[in-house]
Amino acid sequence: MLKWSGVKGGVHPDTHKDRSAALKIVQASLPDCVILPLRQHAGADAIPLVKPGDSVLKGQLIAAAGTEVSAPVHASTSGRVRKIGPVQAPHPSGLAADAIVIESDGDDRWIDLDMPDDPFSQAPMELAERVARAGIVGMGGAIFPAAVKLKQGARHEIKTVLVNGSECEPYLTTDDRLMRERAEQIVDGARLIQHILRAYRIVIAIEDNKSEAIAAMRAAAEPFGAIEVEVTPTLYPMGSAKQLIQEITGHEVPAEGRSTSVGVLVHNVGTVYAIQQALRFGRPLISRVVTVAGGCIKSPRNVETVIGAPVQHLIDACGGLTDEPAQLLLGGPMMGVTLPSTQVPVIKGATGVLALQRREVSRATESPCIRCARCVQACPMGLLPLEMARRAKVDDLDGADAAGLKDCILCGSCAYVCPSHIPLVQYFQYAMGEQDARKNAARKNDYTRMLMDARNARLEKEVAAKAAAKAAKKSRASSTSESAP
Amino acid sequence: MTPRSSPHAHAGSSVNRIMLDVCLALIPCTSVGFYLFGWPAAYLWLVTCAAAVATEIVCLQLRGRPVNTVLDGSALLTGWLIALTLPPWAPWWIGVGGSLFAIAIGKQLYGGVGMNLFNPAMLARVGLLIAFPLQMTTWIQPLPLAGLTYPDALEGLRITFEPATRIDGYTGATALGELKTALTLKQTAPDILAEHFVWWQSLFGLHAGSLGETSELLVLLGAAWLLWRRIISWEIPVALLLTLAMLATVASIVNPLQQAGPLFHLTSGGVLLGAFFIATDPVTSPISRTAKLLFGAGCAVVIFVVRVWGGFPEAVGFAVLFMNALTPLLDTAFKPRVYGRTHRGKPLPVTHAKVVVNHGRKS
Repeated sequence: MLKWSGVKGGVHPDTHKDRSAALKIVQASLPDCVILPLRQHAGADAIPLVKPGDSVLKGQLIAAAGTEVSAPVHASTSGRVRKIGPVQAPHPSGLAADAIVIESDGDDRWIDLDMPDDPFSQAPMELAERVARAGIVGMGGAIFPAAVKLKQGARHEIKTVLVNGSECEPYLTTDDRLMRERAEQIVDGARLIQHILRAYRIVIAIEDNKSEAIAAMRAAAEPFGAIEVEVTPTLYPMGSAKQLIQEITGHEVPAEGRSTSVGVLVHNVGTVYAIQQALRFGRPLISRVVTVAGGCIKSPRNVETVIGAPVQHLIDACGGLTDEPAQLLLGGPMMGVTLPSTQVPVIKGATGVLALQRREVSRATESPCIRCARCVQACPMGLLPLEMARRAKVDDLDGADAAGLKDCILCGSCAYVCPSHIPLVQYFQYAMGEQDARKNAARKNDYTRMLMDARNARLEKEVAAKAAAKAAKKSRASSTSESAP
Repeated sequence: MTPRSSPHAHAGSSVNRIMLDVCLALIPCTSVGFYLFGWPAAYLWLVTCAAAVATEIVCLQLRGRPVNTVLDGSALLTGWLIALTLPPWAPWWIGVGGSLFAIAIGKQLYGGVGMNLFNPAMLARVGLLIAFPLQMTTWIQPLPLAGLTYPDALEGLRITFEPATRIDGYTGATALGELKTALTLKQTAPDILAEHFVWWQSLFGLHAGSLGETSELLVLLGAAWLLWRRIISWEIPVALLLTLAMLATVASIVNPLQQAGPLFHLTSGGVLLGAFFIATDPVTSPISRTAKLLFGAGCAVVIFVVRVWGGFPEAVGFAVLFMNALTPLLDTAFKPRVYGRTHRGKPLPVTHAKVVVNHGRKS
């Protein structure tokens, strides 16, 4: 198909959204204990501020942001800190990650929230700081600290605040439901972001398969100027920031650059909602809406839950499992990760929990590449996935980079269409990890060398200083002996 | 539950399905080949396909690869394509030898499916044509049209499996061969064509030629299926056919007495089968759109040059092999433009530079 503008490539996976999109968001009950990993965001671990045995209140800051790019963690319910230490993390490896475990006291008692004044009367940087303190991260799954993005954006001329409601991942309907049920809050949040960035306009982008969300957002945006609701075609990965910017503005984000380079800042619908809650009511990010779906879930729907609730708790809220799932996923089927068990906690970036039946997952074995180039046609970034994989397989990392690895967004469109069922994304992830490892090793080497050089220089200096002192002493001694009678 | 990398969903396509689709697309033109040329054509097709599959199994075993790989259907397809390009009454060993060469040397020696540089079927065809010119150019007249009686099943067996069987009464020349020979006898192209070439007959396949490439209409039917199923893309065939038509048109305007014109070139020989089924072989053709267009155009140039000035009447095989050799070069030279980068791979310029905005901070 010829297409001269807009997103190139992309795929059309079955959406599987109907069942969970039909039902209202339901509040999950309070779990007995919540598990709050110290890293639920891109960047450094948060630093715990409490110790085991401490009583905490709902919304209390329990771990502070480690560095500039990091996010704090708040208690999602009231209770006692049971332990701080390794727990099974929501990661396919099943490896442990540090977390704060809070035993709920059942009261769910809020801390006194710092109720802000009218945010529109406050300085933008003040507001960005509030967002940072609320621990908000990209809720669409990117988990990049939202405040870091806002602060970076504030240093650029931002024409457009792009609210990402495309939700292109199959099964997931959290953004859809959020837009239908909380449209006014989202519009308010978008206007607050606009205020922070001094942006010219707001565009809310929604895929054309969410007609009710489109109508709700249009109605909510109506009273305000400079807000448009734009309908995009249903195409995966429309929800990727780069692709959405291309679709809406016609511009491409320069390679190695950020969306701010083209005057756009993208925030997911869920993030915008969380920002609104933080700026209007002072609420930190301690709950979120999660789609619980898949063939093994009795009644798939969206559940609003506290962060840190075990996945099993959400599944129970949806009537439990009807069948042993063939695959348990955190996130959507295109970019989500397998979960090691249902005991892992829901984290800030958890868009969905999917329990998939055997027929819903791809299980064919890999066969040789026949160079059919479907991956090339599907790639929204214009890369050569088959070449990248071929190079990555033999550890030719530079070759893989030249074939496009450095621009890969890991969307999985290539592997989705591959008739040979080659796990392309796995090769790319491996190659990227390997590159990181090499870069780290190189950095470490450089650092070691720097320390060695510094040490040598210091030793040399010491030797020189000693020699000089000796010489001085000698000359002093000789001069005194000369002057002696 | 074993951890697996995303994506966990899949479009449901498979290599088997692709090969099956191509085979389905070949059924119409193969059937008409059987109809026109009778039992010997069917026997030849059968032994050629069987030999290809058998060779694949043996090679996989020798290479210590899982033998069930043969189920991907690629060997069957190669055998099938070879059979379609053979003279319909060629002896069995032509088909078997062709398959053996194509699969063992042309494919498995390079590392199996997906690894070969050259199209195995065309390697076999060109190899056979050079090694056995007589058998490879003994054409049969379409039986029903020429009013000839079909050899019965037994007679057919003799024709295919007993090399000494005389088939003189059935032979005829292809349009391309006719033109080439007649031109050397100082006849003019329009005269020759008026006598031997009726374009609509050619379209329906009612003339002498290879087993499966005579009926252009049915090849097009198969091609439409492939395009609809998105097994092939339009670039290579369209570039090939347009370029060939253009060259033929220009040539017939410049030299009307010696040149046959576009209609003749497009409906004769294996051009259509080659354009849609052979040149589009994903393994041996380039990836990006520009490279595909050049690949198709290049095939057409070679076909035209060899047909007009070369020693062989038909040249699809040579053309495809020649362009196969250029595929890696085309792939390297013409990559798709990467998002956010120029054609040369440099990042696009930043349109919104950093601005100094003091958001009420005390500086």
